[in-house]
Amino acid sequence: MMVTLTTIFIFVVGSAALYQFAHLSSKKALIAGACLAFAFALPHLWFTRETDGYLPLFTIVLCAVYALFALGLNIVVGFAGLLDLGYVAFFLVGAYVGAWFMSDFAVNVSSGWRNVNFHFFDAASHKIPGIHLSFWLVIVLAGGIAAIAGVVIGAPTLRLKSDYLALVTLGFGEILPEVFRNSDNLPTGLNVTNGTKGIGPVDRVGMGFLAAIPGIPKTIVSSDYRTKYYVILAFCGMFVWVSIKLRDGRLGRAWMAIREDELAASLMGVPLMRTKLWSYAVGAVAGGVGGAFYATIVGTVNVDTFTFAFSIIVLCAVILGGMGNVWGAILGAVVITWFNYTGLVWIGTKVNNALDTNFNFVNLQFGLFGMVLVLMMLFRPDGFIPAARSKQVKQAEQELAILQEEEINEEIAEAHA
Amino acid sequence: MATVPLTLERRRIKVTPFQILSYVVLGIAALAVVVAFIDGPTTFMQVLVIGLSNGALYALIALGYTMVYGIIELINFAHGDLVMIGSVAAAILLEERLGQTTSSPEGWFWLAVVGVIVMGLCGLFNATIEKLAYRRLRNAPKLAPLITAVGVSFILQNIGILTNGSAPHSRSSVLPQGSITIGSIEIRIKYIVVIAVTIPLLLLMTWIVQKTRVGKAMRATAQDRDASQLMGINVDKMISYVFILGGALAGAAGTMFVQVNSQTRYDAGFRLGLIAFTAAVLGGVGNLLGAVIGGVLIGVIQSLNDSGLGWFPGQKWTQTVLFGILIMMIIFRPGGIFGKHQQEKV
Repeated sequence: MMVTLTTIFIFVVGSAALYQFAHLSSKKALIAGACLAFAFALPHLWFTRETDGYLPLFTIVLCAVYALFALGLNIVVGFAGLLDLGYVAFFLVGAYVGAWFMSDFAVNVSSGWRNVNFHFFDAASHKIPGIHLSFWLVIVLAGGIAAIAGVVIGAPTLRLKSDYLALVTLGFGEILPEVFRNSDNLPTGLNVTNGTKGIGPVDRVGMGFLAAIPGIPKTIVSSDYRTKYYVILAFCGMFVWVSIKLRDGRLGRAWMAIREDELAASLMGVPLMRTKLWSYAVGAVAGGVGGAFYATIVGTVNVDTFTFAFSIIVLCAVILGGMGNVWGAILGAVVITWFNYTGLVWIGTKVNNALDTNFNFVNLQFGLFGMVLVLMMLFRPDGFIPAARSKQVKQAEQELAILQEEEINEEIAEAHA
Repeated sequence: MATVPLTLERRRIKVTPFQILSYVVLGIAALAVVVAFIDGPTTFMQVLVIGLSNGALYALIALGYTMVYGIIELINFAHGDLVMIGSVAAAILLEERLGQTTSSPEGWFWLAVVGVIVMGLCGLFNATIEKLAYRRLRNAPKLAPLITAVGVSFILQNIGILTNGSAPHSRSSVLPQGSITIGSIEIRIKYIVVIAVTIPLLLLMTWIVQKTRVGKAMRATAQDRDASQLMGINVDKMISYVFILGGALAGAAGTMFVQVNSQTRYDAGFRLGLIAFTAAVLGGVGNLLGAVIGGVLIGVIQSLNDSGLGWFPGQKWTQTVLFGILIMMIIFRPGGIFGKHQQEKV
């Protein structure tokens, strides 16, 4: 009852607010309000209660996390047109920042650190040693450190040609997990990453003063996916807002100018390096925030999570939805994540039951991502929801072609005359 | 009209910090090799042979990268996975269809036959992929074919999972398992076989590209596609030939790979491909001889590193060392160790 009322409230107030303050047309505001209300009501719907159903809560949370990643990569690949095949690096950095500052791991770093016990507005018991910061501070840290990592990776590489850039980012994405895997016994005896054993358990998320609102718990227990979903949804919403503001602002226009023609953009006075670095930094922030949040969802950070396949999954999401389109990135992430975590198994069970076969559909996962990339590139390179800008570009190109043809025809006519 | 030489002014020799850094890195690397030799001369020589044999395989794969890049400027991301497909096909043909599991003259004969068949299959397969996926995107923005190649790579890996399983699959090798001893150095025969098979293949490839009419047409297409089309060269056909040649080399490399390592797995191609791409970059992408030298260099560096002799950090850090080289090369010397850095065409 409470949920229904709140949903309706969000729909009405959301639509009205978007109409009034974001200057959307009434139709768009209604649709956006409905989307907001649906996003709110989603974890309360009937099908999320079955853990083996077609949309369990855990998958919904992961969809939201991947949507955040896709939003971040969309800035790099979609807005600035820089192919990043090593997005996993930022995910890794964020997750490890989350694990370092929200667990008892610090006591294992070296013998001198055995008695480290630092707590700062955290949700963990004060008897547990280690470094425990407030989740919200860790999120800021993770975003910041990931942004720094983005600048560090980007600074030497961003002047490269597009395809070389892709390979270099891929190289970083392969090196970083290996460095973290092997950094459990550095020459001085330091154990920085706990190697293949991973770091855990990661603290719960404390909700601070938000807990005063009825329905919000003081700390999020590990099975409380509903509250986790709302937290990550809030981050997604924030990042959507940031993306749109940046896209329509000076920086966003500079990104798109570089994407469409780097040389022309630089001749028009767009500072190439700075603009590209900004896209890397902003994109990395989403990766870092998502990574830290992922650490709290799964509870342990293990280096084997960070594979090349992750970078490709996020890239698939961006390309499926439409490069440069914020809503497309979210849609793509939801579809791809659903297939990855639930859809293939769910469809597979249905098909196997119906045909009485025993085929492991999870084995088709890689092929599915590959097919998405190939087919989208061949038949719908702008994605399912093409960005408004790419439509404009296409239209302009067509008009230009018609004009040129007319010109040629005129010249031919003159020559004949 | 006489052309005025533009280089009248003598260029001042400038030494940038990057150059100093690269010389320092090179110096340390050379020193590390010397230290490794002092650390264990016998092991060092054995490691060198393994490195040459691995390097020969990398050279075969790197040639495929470099030829494709030379002709359509595409980093064929799926090339490594084609090697994996070749290795799986060779293993299935030789072991499951022909039942050859032990080293015998009969096994060697069938290995040669299977090698040729797999080369043909991989060549045709590669050309088919080009026709279905890359051809339509030839005039698309540069990222589109690259993303497509990444997609093809994943599809090939999935084929690998379906045919070979998602775990490493042990395959029997028909190569002689013994070793010969020169002085105090023990060398496994299988490594010598790989080198002995690779060199004729490389020579054959060089001959095709440098001496035949088709090779001339290929080189013309690589140099200027439009002009060669105007000269009556069938550009589509030439690009297909390049993919067939590259695919055939990948098939040969795959056959050798599964024979030497006695196992293959679906993601073997990902690493092989990246290492071979590093080799191609080392030798200068588009440079055939460079790819071979780069491949051998990378093979030697890798096996020296894996041996853990002297200062080398050991197998745990292989990827870091190799991809570190890749990143450093691309950033500081994108034209390769021989080539000059070219400005992007406008």
